[in-house]
Amino acid sequence: MAAQTAADHLNQTSLLRFIAVLALVLAAHATLLPGWELAVIVAVLAWRAAAARHQWPLPHWSLRTAITLAVFAGVYFSFGQRINGQEPGTALICLMAALKLLEMRSRRDVMVTVFLMYFILLTHFLFSQEIWTILYLFACALAITALLVDVNHAGEPLPLRAAFGVGSRMVAYAVPLMLIFFVLFPRIPGPLWGLPSDAGGSTSGISDEMSPGDISKLVNSEEVAFRVQFFGAVPRARELYWRGPVMSHFDGRAWSQGPSGYADLKVQAALIGKPYSYEITLEPHPGRWLFALDLPDPRSTGLPRGSSVSATFQLLSLGIVRQRTVYQLQSYPQYHAEVELNPYTRRENLRLPRNYNPRAVALAKGWRAQGLDDLGIVNAVLNRFRSENYVYTREPPKLGRNSVDEFLFDTREGFCEHYAAAFSFLMRAADIPARVVAGYQGAELNDVGDYYVVRQSNAHAWTEVWLPEQGWVRVDPTSAVAPDRVESSQGAIAERQGAFSLARMQYWAEARWDWANQQWNRWVLGFGPELQQDLMRALGIVDWGQMVLLLTVLVVGVLGMVSLTLLRQFAPARNHDQALRLWRKSARWLNRHGVVQRPHEGPSDFVARLEREQPELAPTMRRVLRAYLQLRYLEEPAPALHEELAAAVGELKITGAMS
Amino acid sequence: MRLWLLAKILLHPLRFVQDRIDAWVMRRVKRLPGPIVITRNRVYILPTRFGYAFAAMALVMLMGSMNYSNSMGFMLTFLLGGLGLVCMHYTHGNLAFVQLRPGRAKPVFAGEIAHFEVQVENPAPRPRYSLALAWPRDTSPVLAADVEGENAALMRIALPAAQRGWLKASVFSVSTEFPLGLFHAWTWAELDMACLVYPKPAPPGRLPPPASGASGLHSSGKSGQDEFAGLRAYQRGDALKSIHWKSLPKLQAPMIKQFTELLDLEFWLDWALLPDLDTEARLSQLTRWALDAELQGRNYGLRLPGLTIAPHHGEHHQQECLKALALYGQA
Repeated sequence: MAAQTAADHLNQTSLLRFIAVLALVLAAHATLLPGWELAVIVAVLAWRAAAARHQWPLPHWSLRTAITLAVFAGVYFSFGQRINGQEPGTALICLMAALKLLEMRSRRDVMVTVFLMYFILLTHFLFSQEIWTILYLFACALAITALLVDVNHAGEPLPLRAAFGVGSRMVAYAVPLMLIFFVLFPRIPGPLWGLPSDAGGSTSGISDEMSPGDISKLVNSEEVAFRVQFFGAVPRARELYWRGPVMSHFDGRAWSQGPSGYADLKVQAALIGKPYSYEITLEPHPGRWLFALDLPDPRSTGLPRGSSVSATFQLLSLGIVRQRTVYQLQSYPQYHAEVELNPYTRRENLRLPRNYNPRAVALAKGWRAQGLDDLGIVNAVLNRFRSENYVYTREPPKLGRNSVDEFLFDTREGFCEHYAAAFSFLMRAADIPARVVAGYQGAELNDVGDYYVVRQSNAHAWTEVWLPEQGWVRVDPTSAVAPDRVESSQGAIAERQGAFSLARMQYWAEARWDWANQQWNRWVLGFGPELQQDLMRALGIVDWGQMVLLLTVLVVGVLGMVSLTLLRQFAPARNHDQALRLWRKSARWLNRHGVVQRPHEGPSDFVARLEREQPELAPTMRRVLRAYLQLRYLEEPAPALHEELAAAVGELKITGAMS
Repeated sequence: MRLWLLAKILLHPLRFVQDRIDAWVMRRVKRLPGPIVITRNRVYILPTRFGYAFAAMALVMLMGSMNYSNSMGFMLTFLLGGLGLVCMHYTHGNLAFVQLRPGRAKPVFAGEIAHFEVQVENPAPRPRYSLALAWPRDTSPVLAADVEGENAALMRIALPAAQRGWLKASVFSVSTEFPLGLFHAWTWAELDMACLVYPKPAPPGRLPPPASGASGLHSSGKSGQDEFAGLRAYQRGDALKSIHWKSLPKLQAPMIKQFTELLDLEFWLDWALLPDLDTEARLSQLTRWALDAELQGRNYGLRLPGLTIAPHHGEHHQQECLKALALYGQA
């Protein structure tokens, strides 16, 4: 049997509904697509709707081919002469879905385009997975399902209510299955075949090269860099330095990571005292570093798979942090790092480009000549910053070739990167190994969830100098210039507490929203192989086999319930006719006593015969008959009549039993 | 032979499986007169081509979500998977508990199309959508109908009637793909329905026999149109041809012309009048004459070997004659 199911013609109502659903699915991509593409899509949708209304003919295949090639070329050139990659791929799919409208005539075409719409929905999640997207997911899934229901109904279009009714019921039944699969389906750590170069949403963050002005640009953004939850003691503000790239190479203009940034040199570090224990949820950023408090303990459990601590004590992940990463670790605020300095490292951290910044070199050499030791020189520089009219500003004047000289002697205005760069330069000129460290400083408390938020506005640069017998010591020149920058960087709540209520409410709302986002990020978006394993261990399931077994059992169970519910809905309606049921009851009782209502006899005839043959039952049966006829045929059903009939039947049993 | 079978399995797996199921089922279908209830275990269900594509799409989405470690992607994929599974149960339930009752089938002539009416009853309170009836191995598009809750719908299936006699409705399928078109649920039923097929009327041209008297073969010789015997009042059912128009303006009431030979109005359609034709041709010709006679309003009788029907006219008489012609020689 291969009969086609329905006349394939697509009627106008179904087509307009399809256009509406397509518009809904494409709407979320509106900000992503180039302007011309958006215009093309809107034009095509509008034209098709009008064509359906006015019965215009659809374009010829040559015109369609021309349009397709034109938009293909448009995408190719809009995205930098390529079509592979997340963004151009998404743009192409959206265009294909819209252009399919130009040749859509039958129901079969709609069903094919439904696939495209589901894919477009998927691509949306590659760019953004915020909390509201789950509502969007359900709304679109419901709309597309209702559309499919409508399309599969041949003939007249289904009333909207019926289509949505069926669609929403199906989606509702599918949600428990979705949750079960989401939790129990084995998660294989990706990526399976690699990611395109522009995968993930756009991210910003600290780069591994620092020129004057880089950090000050970054500080403008309030985007969250990562969130921290401390287990136990919370560090003081001046201990909240989050280590990022360590830059030892200065080429006269910018600082960048030297070769030892990624090398696996074995370095010694003695970690002293009590560690801080914490968990970080790191947002994606275009680098490999996993931020950690100085100095991270490489033996910590809870570090991501494949991560390592480099020779410059940076915590690095296996690849670029493309997705949100959660990790737990300990850090020791007191340490002796690399007390025995490798001569290669020493040379690297003393290197300065020739013929740059002569005045700074002279200043440093001058201090040496005065007989100051390393610590003395450090303090000399800090004193200079503190006392000689240096200004800490986000928008300092531009510097020329000898940037350190101009900053130190002429402009005396700079941001953290200027101070850190100048300090390191002076240290190296004075023969003290020094390097610049970039990262974040401080954290903002969110007391709703008892965690701290570190934003891009917390980006900072400081230095590390190597002192004999102490190893690498952190020196933050900014603390000499603008000490409150460091001290008050923690708990912005303090300044907001005294403010008036509007700011308070705003903070309250923002804090709760951030907490909600954090929970969403942590438990739903961060649900990967590690979290799944933790959950399974908590439930007492040790291996994959058991998990898959549990999955199967639950799925089969839910499907069984769904099946039962559906079959009960499709089963014959129960007999609501009370009157008939009571009459049948009385007839059955009479049957047992040998009196049978013949098939051709109606109730009245039956009772008439009864009066002839069994007069003793007659009065009661007459009563039953009267009540039955009234209830069933004559009157509106009233409870009184029901009771009358029930009483009469009851009486029948009593009289019958007695006789 | 085996190679052909292998090719069939690979190229049309769905149809192959379906054919196997159908062969198994058809052996077990019983021809029943009364209401056939489609019970749960009589509904067979397979994915459609679209259903396989849907599963493939969900798989690709799953791979993509795993590659990008995208939680919302997983959610979408699993939602679609769940939808597919739920759809299977929904499509199955859409067909379960449906009752089929035979309806009428109006008699047709050979060469025309017989329409069998089937009453599809939905005993549940929830309406069922897009139920379709079809003959086996029939690729022509069929129309689907909805059945409201606790209601019945009359559906028709068409079958070309080639030969005269009783055309028995064979096994037919009741199927649905609602709601999402992912699965195809169907079942086979055989209702005891038959349609009477009259012989195909011969093309006009051969004249009917001249009017004959009650004696049969012998004609009276008179044409029956000559002797005018008077007028009588018009009665409903009289042919318009026999109205006396000339008297109408004067009398203000239509009058019928009467002729002396009342017997001339009636004539016999006689089997023996066509010795040069074979059985089927004779029946065709007799059918044509019967139809023409009915149109002309004449009384006509039918004389077949073993059966005589007295002259009369009217719809009931026509049906009787046609039925006799259709069933001639058949039990």
